[in-house]
Amino acid sequence: MGIVEAILLSVITAATPLVLAAAGELVAERSGVLNLGVEGMMIMGAVCAFAATQLSGSPYIGVLAGIAAGALFSLLFGFLTLTLVANQVATGLALTLLGLGVSGMLGESFLGMQGIKLQPIAIPLLSQVPFVGPLLFRQDAIFYLSIAIVAGIHWFLFRTRSGLKLRAVGDSHGSAHALGVDVIRTRYLAVLFGGACAGLAGAQLSLVYTPQWVENMSAGRGWIALALVVFASWRPWRVVAGGYLFGAVSISQLHAQAFGIGIPSQFLSSLPYVATIVVLILISHNRRMTLINTPASLGKPFVPDR
Amino acid sequence: MPVKGPIASGPLLAVSNLTKLFGSFAACNAINLHIEPGEIHALLGENGAGKSTLVKMLFGVLAPTAGEILWMGDNVRIGSPGDARKLGIGMVFQHFSLFEALTVAENIALSMDRSISLARVAEEASRLSHVYGLPLDPNAHVADLSVGERQRIEIVRALLQNPQLIILDEPTSVLTPQEADRLFETLLKLKAEGRSVLYISHRLEEVQRICDRATVLRHGKVTGACDPRAETPASLARMMVGNDVAVVTSEGTNTKGDVQLEARHLSVAARTPFAVSLKDVCLKVKAGEVLAIAGVAGNGQSELFDALSGEYPVADDNAVQIRQKPVGTRNINARRLMGAGFVPEERHGHAAVSSLSLSDNLVLARNQSDKRAFLGGGFLKIIRQGAVKAATKRISEAMDVRKSGEDPPAGSLSGGNLQKFIVGRELDRQPAVLIVNQPTWGVDAGAASRIRQALVDLAKAGSAVLVISQDLDEIFEVATEIAVICEGRLSDPYPARELSREKIGLLMGGMHGKTEGAGAAHAH
Repeated sequence: MGIVEAILLSVITAATPLVLAAAGELVAERSGVLNLGVEGMMIMGAVCAFAATQLSGSPYIGVLAGIAAGALFSLLFGFLTLTLVANQVATGLALTLLGLGVSGMLGESFLGMQGIKLQPIAIPLLSQVPFVGPLLFRQDAIFYLSIAIVAGIHWFLFRTRSGLKLRAVGDSHGSAHALGVDVIRTRYLAVLFGGACAGLAGAQLSLVYTPQWVENMSAGRGWIALALVVFASWRPWRVVAGGYLFGAVSISQLHAQAFGIGIPSQFLSSLPYVATIVVLILISHNRRMTLINTPASLGKPFVPDR
Repeated sequence: MPVKGPIASGPLLAVSNLTKLFGSFAACNAINLHIEPGEIHALLGENGAGKSTLVKMLFGVLAPTAGEILWMGDNVRIGSPGDARKLGIGMVFQHFSLFEALTVAENIALSMDRSISLARVAEEASRLSHVYGLPLDPNAHVADLSVGERQRIEIVRALLQNPQLIILDEPTSVLTPQEADRLFETLLKLKAEGRSVLYISHRLEEVQRICDRATVLRHGKVTGACDPRAETPASLARMMVGNDVAVVTSEGTNTKGDVQLEARHLSVAARTPFAVSLKDVCLKVKAGEVLAIAGVAGNGQSELFDALSGEYPVADDNAVQIRQKPVGTRNINARRLMGAGFVPEERHGHAAVSSLSLSDNLVLARNQSDKRAFLGGGFLKIIRQGAVKAATKRISEAMDVRKSGEDPPAGSLSGGNLQKFIVGRELDRQPAVLIVNQPTWGVDAGAASRIRQALVDLAKAGSAVLVISQDLDEIFEVATEIAVICEGRLSDPYPARELSREKIGLLMGGMHGKTEGAGAAHAH
């Protein structure tokens, strides 16, 4: 395997959790819910996936556990913000803090254990294609899922009636309610989906990226996912572009540091953030399109007047 | 399109003792009402009379506290808008329930109970819009459409359900007279097909023109049911308001003085994609004059207000002149210091902070212009509570502001009373120039006449007054000169008594720039 292939493989591995978490959050935000707890849901997914894998011996059980943990955590967020109408920003921040704390506690006995890696699945024929094959078609299940999820979200949001309703709820919950759309139910489902995706992203961290459990191993990726959603102007494929760009620049700067290029490492470390923001600002320069894609009732609580 | 199902011999809809309580407040109190098949029935009443609450219950948006709804003789419970649509009730909301970020076809598809492909929806919508004379482009984004076009979406959306009763909540409040005429044609067509229309309005003239019967509400109760054509506007108004409303008098010729407010070739680019750019606006207001600017909402009124008040200063200092001094680049406080006063459009969050007391709101607006009166010396500028409280009291008395307690939060006042306070806050300074945007929007008739009289009196006392309004009745009551704004262009001013409603309507519909299909045919 050449150096280029190796680098590209690590880019994919680095980008997948960002794409997953951001895609899930995109759906929640399209329904008008701002869940700042992505980091917390992600780390819960990571610890539960690792623990379930250790206990069962199967990383696939681990993946399911990660998804369930993220979804369960988002359900708590949904209950607080949608049913009890708590402030979304404060609740989201609390969820992140809670997730970091609880995951540290749950994971204590798993610290330093040898992890079980989710093995790649080679797709017949396609994986034989030179260069592209090993890169894209000899990957783990979570990578395939991440692409399928983004494609699915795009299709769901813009081609189905339920997706139209979800966008309508995010644009104007009052009008959607007046038309008979169940705003709270729609938002619950969107938040749950977002949580499941964040949990899956966490599972990828502890089963693929670095198959072990380390405290705070999400390392701010949840926050980057949140930023990606905004800079991608709530459009699914842009989230992929942003995620891969971020992954690419962070991996290249690591290699650059390893080669000992005479640029301060702090500057190199900041490059992924700068590059991603600059590029996404450039592609979202069309303000009309941005406004049309921005969920107008994002973060606003909905209380039906009955 | 034929009306489905047999038409029962009794009323289509009957409501008996329908009541809605919000806490202990009865928004609707034992309402009785019946609508016959094939009639246009008016629901009349002032703002806050309970009209919107009543129709929200009929459409399943609000649940009634007590009472019965009979649909074709059957007692029904309408738990959701979906239930209402299944029965055959369609609704066109006052504040449109449209999604700006979605296309016309997507908006329509959302209200369909069955899942139909967008292409089919677009096709059916085009067909209906053609039949009823409501031109629409199914693929346009709502954000890019005019208010009149948005209303057409709502109507087509309601018609797609093939309803037997269509409820329209204040449909003409956002239309030009010509657009309203076309709406009336559509309504008469619906009536001819045997459908019924419940038409909510406080415009007596329209009600007399197209409605067969009227039910009048006041303070949540039915105060009368009548044939509007057999009544006079005055007798209808009495039923609506209770006691006769004071008539605004502008008798006595105003002596005109020097130009106090002027815009010279004022052009401003649109700040946001949904804003309107101002194009070469010229206007002059002399002392003693009331210049009213008419126009359909969203044609540059708020942009003009922003530029004249200095909320958003403009690049060219000479483009705005207050008391013959250039102020274009100066901010709102600098303009206040030169003797100007401003009343912006939105009461809550713009003209006043709802959660703060009236006196705090007074200081917020006038802390620069009345520094000496309200602020103490020193670095911290301590607020002189006594002087502020006294001024609050003075303003409340002068404008007859009804409030609970001495100095309640602005948000606790009714719309009319808060608006009286906000206008009074500026009048209290006797400004040489006053600029008011939508002075009586959503205000009850009593407060509206009080505010209009105050504007007229201010001009008589020698100030220059600029009123931006969508309400033609208001404009004719207060104005000495009238100009019309359309798509960011301002027409020449006309003396108020030489201008007819028809002429204003033509100007509002846009004698400049784009006009659309049948509207253009009417207009030219």
